[in-house]
Amino acid sequence: MKIKKIVVNILSHVLLAVLSVIWVLPIFYVILTSFREEGGSYKSYIWPKGFTLDNYKNLFRPTSQIDFVRWFTNTLVIALISTVIAAFFVLCVSYCMSRLRFRMRKPFMNIALILGMFPGFMSMIAVYYILKGLGFLETGMLKQVALIMVYSGGAGLGFYMAKGFFDTIPTSIDEAAYIDGATKWDTFVHVTLPMSKPIITYTLLTTFMGPWVDYIFAKVIMGQDTRYYTIAIGLWTMLEKEYVQYFYTQFYAGCVLISIPIAILFLLTQKCYVEGVTGAVKG
Amino acid sequence: MGAQKKGKVTQSGKPRECSALEVLQRGNAVTKLSFFIFGLGNIIHKQFVRGFTFLALEIAYIYYMISFGADSIANFITLGTHEQGETYNEALGIYEYTVGDNSMLFLLYGVITIAITLALLFFAYISMKSAYCTQLRLERNMRVPTFMDDLRSVKEENLHVAMMSLPIMGILIFTIIPLVFMILIAFTSYDRDHQPPGNLFTWVGFDNFKVMLSQGSKLAATFWPVLGWTLIWAVCATFTCYILGLLLALLINRKDTRIKGFWRFMFVLSVAVPQFVTLLSMRTIFNTNGPVNVLLRHMGFLGSTESIPFFTDPTVAKITIICINIWIGVPFTMLSTTGILQNIPAELYEAAKIDGANAPTIFRKITLPYMLFIMTPSLITSFTGNINNFNVIFLLSGGGPDTMDYYYAGKTDLLVTWLYRLTITQKDYNLGAVIGILVFVILAVLSLLTYRHTGSYKDEGAFQ
Repeated sequence: MKIKKIVVNILSHVLLAVLSVIWVLPIFYVILTSFREEGGSYKSYIWPKGFTLDNYKNLFRPTSQIDFVRWFTNTLVIALISTVIAAFFVLCVSYCMSRLRFRMRKPFMNIALILGMFPGFMSMIAVYYILKGLGFLETGMLKQVALIMVYSGGAGLGFYMAKGFFDTIPTSIDEAAYIDGATKWDTFVHVTLPMSKPIITYTLLTTFMGPWVDYIFAKVIMGQDTRYYTIAIGLWTMLEKEYVQYFYTQFYAGCVLISIPIAILFLLTQKCYVEGVTGAVKG
Repeated sequence: MGAQKKGKVTQSGKPRECSALEVLQRGNAVTKLSFFIFGLGNIIHKQFVRGFTFLALEIAYIYYMISFGADSIANFITLGTHEQGETYNEALGIYEYTVGDNSMLFLLYGVITIAITLALLFFAYISMKSAYCTQLRLERNMRVPTFMDDLRSVKEENLHVAMMSLPIMGILIFTIIPLVFMILIAFTSYDRDHQPPGNLFTWVGFDNFKVMLSQGSKLAATFWPVLGWTLIWAVCATFTCYILGLLLALLINRKDTRIKGFWRFMFVLSVAVPQFVTLLSMRTIFNTNGPVNVLLRHMGFLGSTESIPFFTDPTVAKITIICINIWIGVPFTMLSTTGILQNIPAELYEAAKIDGANAPTIFRKITLPYMLFIMTPSLITSFTGNINNFNVIFLLSGGGPDTMDYYYAGKTDLLVTWLYRLTITQKDYNLGAVIGILVFVILAVLSLLTYRHTGSYKDEGAFQ
């Protein structure tokens, strides 16, 4: 019996080790290639012949088509502003849905459910024309404003997770605040929000990640305006046929550079993330 | 006070849930007139700020309709009659273009005008209700609220108005109006041959749907196989990730597993990397000349020029994509199930062990049912998410390999990526819109069948 247990133990650890190698290997390959000395794209070998930091250094030397630093700041600014707006929208709507009772509550929830079933970018073309009609696609700066509006505008529909979290906070706490003379708004700001750190972090995190990983909307709105690209379209551009020979290794260096801050953010807030996720799923 | 509380009035004097019918039956002439002259009931009773705000809204609307709105409704019905013309200018010896109607803009302005009109009707109702409120208060000898009272109520019983109006505006402008616009396009002939401003398009009823669903047309020959693959993909992607992620979480959470944190970290690492980075890297890794094929060549499994067609053979491409999706999805499931797994009552396991159940039986009879019970809502969400999983397909295979049998679709295209191709590259907007609507119908039917039966929809207050 004891031997069987040891065998099972060893086997499961070996399995875990094999699996983690499979999961880490692609990431390792990305890092490896980002340090590769030889340019060009695909090679007939895997281990680089030489190592260099030039791929990283070159990222900070802007060319006419590739301007990594600028793309990075573009994305950072867009992400920060749209995160603030979107998180505010989400928290407001989910609090109303969870705590306040008014006539449009159920209809609103059903409408949100229905809207969620349409493919997200089906309306992209229409959004594009509305923004064009409003004159937001004239200059690059305005395009960035347009992108912020697109990322944050419809955010109120993504209230389910935060609503689920607010639902788990006992209403008796709110009632105690009312008895002490607090208005509903005071209760929201001074009682509910301080208790909701996991879900706030989760909301901030997910909305912040959006602009870093969105390719389609940014591409449709930005078109050929390379100066105002966000990082995702920028990196994608590097893999296009006319560039891939020159920028293949730089692409990987860029990937590593933007993955590091996002990965750190993610790992730091992973606890909140898990609490936020499990807070919404009820047993 | 007790006597005044009879009828449908709260302590603050606001009619509670009074229906439009009630307002019409019991409202006096001024109240009823407030439907047409906004704010009348408020202005008469010296609620000037509130009343004039309503009135200003109405005046703005009338100005809008006279200057622009009425035309746009008329144009919305015809979608334009004057095509862009070409006339020969004898004096200059060149062709000159005369500006024609732009059907697309007509449609857009029409939708916006209709939205504004609906909003106005809503405000007309609010105006009447507000007048009714004041009327009730006067009938009961209560104080008519001043503007300051209104401001104060925003923090209390009208908090939802303050908190919801901005988000709802955003949803209206960036989700609902565009969606209505696209839905309407499905009923027009807005394809590559009818591109404004050069050409007009017009209403065609259900023709696009007929072509898409009927037998024999090339569109139908594309739609049904793509739909089939979309469903297969969604089922495979959802369940492989879920089951394998659950097993991985169990493996890590086993009592005897050492350095749990380390294992978890190894898998979480791949979640932390932005998805488009992993997807783009995966695309290069499985490229014809990518490292996987190179490795296989070095190990002698393949000749020096041979390669496994990871993304170029239809069947292999589908398998590759599902496998890569497992790589992406499993850590997510592991992460979200870990917490729930730890909540399974230990007594269940002990009882099962006493009854002599082995590990697979325990998994099948206890763990899996328990997890399915709790996670059905999130499973449904991830299923619908997978039907609309644009990123994985678009960034990995781009829908390819392309085939001549299909109408501008590849063998691994999902309905959404096909929609993207049809609208962005082919400019067949009407067909794209039809696909969007059909995706919606499929999801709506699936969700109606399952979602309403889940616990979290039925008793949302269970934990309050």
